[in-house]
Order: sequence, then structure tokens, then C-alpha cells
Amino acid sequence: MSPNLVLVVTIAVLFTVGVYLLLERSLSRVLIGVILIGNGANLLFLVAGGAAGGPPIVGVTPDGEMSDPLPQAMVLTAIVITLGMTAFLLAMAYRSWQLHRHDEVQDDVEDRRIARLAAIDELAVRDSDEEGPVPTLDEEAAEAHDETDEGHPVEEVAR
Amino acid sequence: MSDLSWVVPMPVVVPLFAAGLALALYRRPNLQRIVSVGALTIVLVASVALLVVVDDGPLVVDVGGWAAPVGIDLVADRLSALMLTISSAVTLCVLLYSLAQGNEDDEESAPISIFHPTYLVLTAGVADAFLSGDLFNIYVGFEILLAASFVLLTLGGTGERIRAGTIYVVVALLSSVLFLVALAMIYAACGTVNLAQLALRLPEIDPGVRLVLQVLLILAFAIKAAVFPLSAWLPDSYPTAPAPVTAVFAGLLTKVGVYAIIRTQTLLFPDGRLDDVLLWLALATMVVGILGAVAQDDIKRLLSFTLVSHIGYMVFGIALSTDEGWTAAIYYVAHHITVQTALFLVVGLVERAGGSTSLTKLGGLAKLTPVLAILFFVPAMNLAGIPPLSGFLGKVGLLQAGVAVGTPLAYVLVVGSVVTSLLTLYALVKAWNKAFWQTPPVERPPVRLPFGMVGPAAALVAVGLTLTLAAGPLYAYTGRAAVALTERTPYIDAVLPDGERGTGESAKLTDVASDGSHETGSDG
Repeated sequence: MSPNLVLVVTIAVLFTVGVYLLLERSLSRVLIGVILIGNGANLLFLVAGGAAGGPPIVGVTPDGEMSDPLPQAMVLTAIVITLGMTAFLLAMAYRSWQLHRHDEVQDDVEDRRIARLAAIDELAVRDSDEEGPVPTLDEEAAEAHDETDEGHPVEEVAR
Repeated sequence: MSDLSWVVPMPVVVPLFAAGLALALYRRPNLQRIVSVGALTIVLVASVALLVVVDDGPLVVDVGGWAAPVGIDLVADRLSALMLTISSAVTLCVLLYSLAQGNEDDEESAPISIFHPTYLVLTAGVADAFLSGDLFNIYVGFEILLAASFVLLTLGGTGERIRAGTIYVVVALLSSVLFLVALAMIYAACGTVNLAQLALRLPEIDPGVRLVLQVLLILAFAIKAAVFPLSAWLPDSYPTAPAPVTAVFAGLLTKVGVYAIIRTQTLLFPDGRLDDVLLWLALATMVVGILGAVAQDDIKRLLSFTLVSHIGYMVFGIALSTDEGWTAAIYYVAHHITVQTALFLVVGLVERAGGSTSLTKLGGLAKLTPVLAILFFVPAMNLAGIPPLSGFLGKVGLLQAGVAVGTPLAYVLVVGSVVTSLLTLYALVKAWNKAFWQTPPVERPPVRLPFGMVGPAAALVAVGLTLTLAAGPLYAYTGRAAVALTERTPYIDAVLPDGERGTGESAKLTDVASDGSHETGSDG
């Protein structure tokens, strides 16, 4: 028994588009991506259930021609669950819009702070390596003095 | 079959029913509390009863009287009963803690009327995932607990929680879709999603297809369990929630994923073809996780990273695929649930006493609240694996199992887990020194910690210590659970007594032979 080609192609398209949308930063696009992938998975169940047949009721359809009811029951469950999750995602996207006027997935502040700390650390190390000829202590002292002293006379003159 | 099988659905049914009741009683906070505490107490009693009863053999309930592969079945064996008992003890403690917190704080920090029903639904979902003998029902259990966890994580809808929730929700939905795809593929290949029947049918299908199914399931569960390359969502999303919520998430939700990995690896894919990959992943999870923890400055984030890191230990034990490995892994799961939850509850108290969870802003808490210092110190040392605590026993078990396997990779893992253990000790001692011993940057006024919050936290710490004291019997129990997992037959025979059908109503097999579901079974 070979699966229905149209269904398989549809599933492939749904998954491709869904994955693309999932990679977006805007929550409403992610939501559409989730819905598309979810529907792709639901269609996959239909393929898994085998060829379509008559309604699986004893007495209505002969035994060999029934379609498999179990995957359809599972698809129904999955659809209901996706509906609930979609509602929640929508509510969350709306709340995000209420708070920030956008619904984009934001970076973690603490995470960025730690990353910045790490970056500063790294820069400090690289500086000492790259500086090449190190200025003598006198030069450094002169520079330091210049900077601190410069302000004072100017200020005094100004007064 | 004992006549006690009516207890099996209790951990799922009672909280769900109580959730509805609690929602209806949203204007009567006091009644709500009685309902939730009562329900979770019943669940705890039922779980303990199951723990004792199923030691003689698994209990099976064919829901609605439909025989197993046709209907859905709930199975309580040693592994699931143990998980249930630990999780219900933990959820009860956390509920009591959050009740006290709700009393102390205003409604804003934890809106009680929403909290109770959601929390009960969460426990029902966790119990359903543990008890289910049907792969699709495990999916439903996951969705129940995820939906509840979404609400709990974004409780109050503040900017920070919405940010954290976004990451969590998107990642969780992705793993659900993966699980769903795996289910569809499994149904296409085997024509069933019943675990016991799958265990019989999977060996008959093409090995390549079987490997694909295994990888898909592991992927879906590894996201839930936060195994290394798929763990980045966890430290970003957990720390922002209210303390009790973080505690119960950290303790339970990842462990449901670990449980699912144990169940599917042992029952469905006993040939262990992914073991080497899993061992490498375990090593990466341990090391990367703990290095993340060392870098952190916020104590909640630090603990979240140690959580990721210690998932690696469990995966290590699972991937060894020996009785000893599984014994140690199951014991480690039980130990880790209690310890991690206790630590997060204590950190909630630290935040209360010190006004922050940032290690640079905390200090001098040992002088301020000595009780808190002890409550933090004991589970912290337990997590790091200082003898004679249960963390040490679990780790020694894992190391022994690793050495017993004796492959070079197993030795690498043994070394890796020792290093991770030391780094855990370093991270936790750093946190301890900064929070409890360093001179506080700002003098804090002494605070009175409400007994209602200290009590449950202390109770959980005590449960962790009990795991140490009762380590002998408990380790023997997990050993028996592991042996049953290796044999597989007790589980399969309990679900399908005659090898074909469970107890209950179903059409005769001769009728079914020409049915569609059976046809698909042969086309994989």
C-alpha cells in the first residue's frame, strides 16, 4: 500500500513553511508556523492511517473496506490541543504587544549581561597582548598628569 | 491482578476533579485551599499505596473497560509508582509553601484563584505521563502539564515573565510537534501506540525505520528533559517565575522527560543502538551545564544550570543500558527531584530575607537567619554529592555502573561526572560564601520568615535526608525496578495477559484481523 502523494507533498510544504516561520522573531509569525507544522503532523496521521474507506461502523461498511478510525481520533485530540495552545500563544503575543508595542521574542537581560562581562574580560586580555611596545612608566605618568592637570589650570583661568 | 487496581487512576482523576472544583470556588479562597491540599494529600496516599502494592507486580487498568490495545491503559509498575510518590510528596510541599507565600504577600505575586486549579491540572498531567501505558496518552499527559505550566510561568503577565514565557512556550510547542510526528510515524510503522504492543511489534520492523523512530522520540523527550544541545531554553525561562513555580518546574517537569526516555529506551528500544550517542550527550550536558553554572551571578540561574548539568547524570545512567546503570539513574532521579525543589524553595526564602537573588547584592545571611543557612547548606551539599548524603550515594552508584561497563567511553563519563561533581561543589560553595558569609553590601533589617514557608522547605530537605537514611531499601527497590525494566516481560504480560489483549471488552481477534488497523501494521 503506497501513501497518497498529494498528501505527502502537502505535508512537506506545510513543514517547510512552518519551520521557516518558526525561525522568525515575531511571535505572531511563530504562531502561524506552529499552526502550519501542527497541521502537517495531523495530515501525517491521516497518511499513517492508510487508505481512506467507509465509515468504521459494523454493519454499515464491510470489514475490509473500513477506514482506520484510531488515527482520526488522535488527530482530533491533537487539533483540540493545538487550538488551546494557539489561544494561549495569541494571548501572550497580545500581552507582549500591550507591554512593549511589539511581539518579538526578546533577549534575556541577565544572559546578555554575563556575555558582556565575558566579552570585557576577553578584550582586556587581548589588549595586553596586542599593545606591543609597552610605554615606560614615565611616559604613562606624564600622560596621566597631563590629563588630570589640564583641567585645573583651565578652570582656574576661567575663574 | 489485585483488587487494588482502582487506586491506579486516582493520581490523575482526583487532581483533575479538584481542579474543576477549585475553579468553581474561585471566590472562596479558603475552600479552594482545602480542596487543593485535600486532593494532593489523597494523591500522596494513593501513590504510597501503589508503591507498596506494585512491588509484587504491575497494576493495570484498562480505562473504560476496553481491552488494552483497543482502549487506553494505565500501568503502575515500580518505576512509575516511585516517580509518582516522589512527585506527589514534592507537589504537596510546594503547595503548602505557596499557600503560606500567598498569605504573606498580596495577590499580585501569585494570584491564588488561578494558581490552584492550574497547579492541580499540572499534577494531574505529571501523574498521567507517569502512569500511561499508551504512547499517545503520554503525549496528552505532556500537553496537559505543558498547558498548565504555560499559565503558571506567565502568572501575572509581567514583562519579564512574558519574555521568559515566550521562549518556554515556543520550545515546548516545538517538542510537542516532534513528539506528534514521532507518534504518527510509529503508528504508520506498527499500527499501534500501546507501549506493551509496541514492545512486541517494534523488533519485527525494519531496523532503519526503528532507528528513525527512536531518534525522533529521543529528540522530543530530550527537549523536555533539557539534554545538552536542546537545553538552552531552560536557564532562560525558569528563573523568572514565582519561587514555588520554579521549584516544582525544576523538580518535576524535566524529570517527566527523563522518565519518558527511561520508559521508551528500556521497553521499546532495548537494543540500545543510540547508547554511545547518549553517553556523549550526557557528558556534554554535565560539563557544559556546570560551566554555565560557574559563570552565573544570579543564584536562581545558577541553580537552573546545575539542573541542566545533573540531567546529564541521569542520561549517563540510562545510556549505560545495564541493570546497575538504570538502578542508579532511577535513584538519582528520585534524589534530584527532592533536592532541586528544596533548593529552589530555599532560594525563594533567600530572596525574601536578602531582597535579591543576585550574589553581588546578597551577604551576611548566615548571621541574619541561621535557620535558612542550614536549610540551604544541607541540600546544596547533597546536590554536590558530599558523603554520606543521597547525592553521593547516587553518584557512587553511577560511577560503579560506569566502571562495571568498562568501555573507554564509560571511563570518560566516569571522569566527567567526577569533574562535574567537583565543579558543582565549587559553584554552590561560591554561592554559599557570597550569600551567607560575605559582608553585606547593604545592611538588611532582620526579617521574620513565615513558618508556613520555612516548614515545607524544611520538610523537603528532610525528605532528601530520608532518601539518604532509607537508601538501602530504596536502592533495592530501584534495583528491582531496573531488573523489571530489563526483563520487559512483567510489564508486557501485565498489560496483555494472553499476549494479545488486555482485560476488558474488545472484538474477537478473528474479526479484527481484517480491520484497517491491523493492515497498516504490516506495511511498515
